[in-house]
Amino acid sequence: MTAHKGPCDACEELLQGYLDRQLNDTELKQAESHLGDCDYCRRRYRFELSLRMYVQTTAAERMPPGLLEKLAQLRAVE
Amino acid sequence: MGKADADAGKEPRSIASQARDRVRFEEEALALADQVYRVARRLVGSREEAEDLVQETYARAFRAWRQYTPGTNLRAWLLRILTNLNVDRGRRIQRSPDTTPLEESDYFLANKLAERAGEDVLEQEKVVERLSQDSIVDALSSLSHDFRDVVVLVDIGEFSYADAAQILDVPIGTVMSRLHRGRRQLKQKLAEQAVEA
Repeated sequence: MTAHKGPCDACEELLQGYLDRQLNDTELKQAESHLGDCDYCRRRYRFELSLRMYVQTTAAERMPPGLLEKLAQLRAVE
Repeated sequence: MGKADADAGKEPRSIASQARDRVRFEEEALALADQVYRVARRLVGSREEAEDLVQETYARAFRAWRQYTPGTNLRAWLLRILTNLNVDRGRRIQRSPDTTPLEESDYFLANKLAERAGEDVLEQEKVVERLSQDSIVDALSSLSHDFRDVVVLVDIGEFSYADAAQILDVPIGTVMSRLHRGRRQLKQKLAEQAVEA
């Protein structure tokens, strides 16, 4: 896999798997070596990483107060 | 000796030991409540619905605790109950399938942001930061339910592809394709909002 300047489907699939930590050892080496060589994919990686962190932090909403107590009370039921 | 023989030779478990197992299960399940709620909250439209859904999930889990195999992923087990309940109850807001062609590609948001912010990745990240909390919530709820389930489980619940496949009872390949298409739609929605902002 060589460095390139534009979108590449094979890289995209590898990149998503890399970001999701779903690659096997061989694929992981391949992804890391490609990210080392390719500016375009490195930019894509940084962008996707920041987007994921954004989704995780903004969409996370803590449990409302009182819910845990309600759940604990359900234990007695049988 | 086969498993059946081994089980046949065992004394029935004492009442006290079963009670201990049950209490342990309940404590472990309750410790996961916040994480379960976070996923539930993004699968349904409102906070009230999410609270109801989590309560129903725990009520069912506490009744069915013997079906859980200790040592396996309890959070995934709970989420499987929750997603099934969510389907049964028809709680999902059914949306018409997205008619936007997907050929716009994964790069849509990156490209839109680049148009606005120049080529600098750091600039792009600043644009992402400028998207409001409402943007992501709106964008997530606009996804069709099959896509949203997978995106919420993997991106917010941080489940592996394999766990998400088990929770939703679909093949792992389906998880991957829904995830990629779902994220792509999500980025398109966010890009639209970024452009409008």
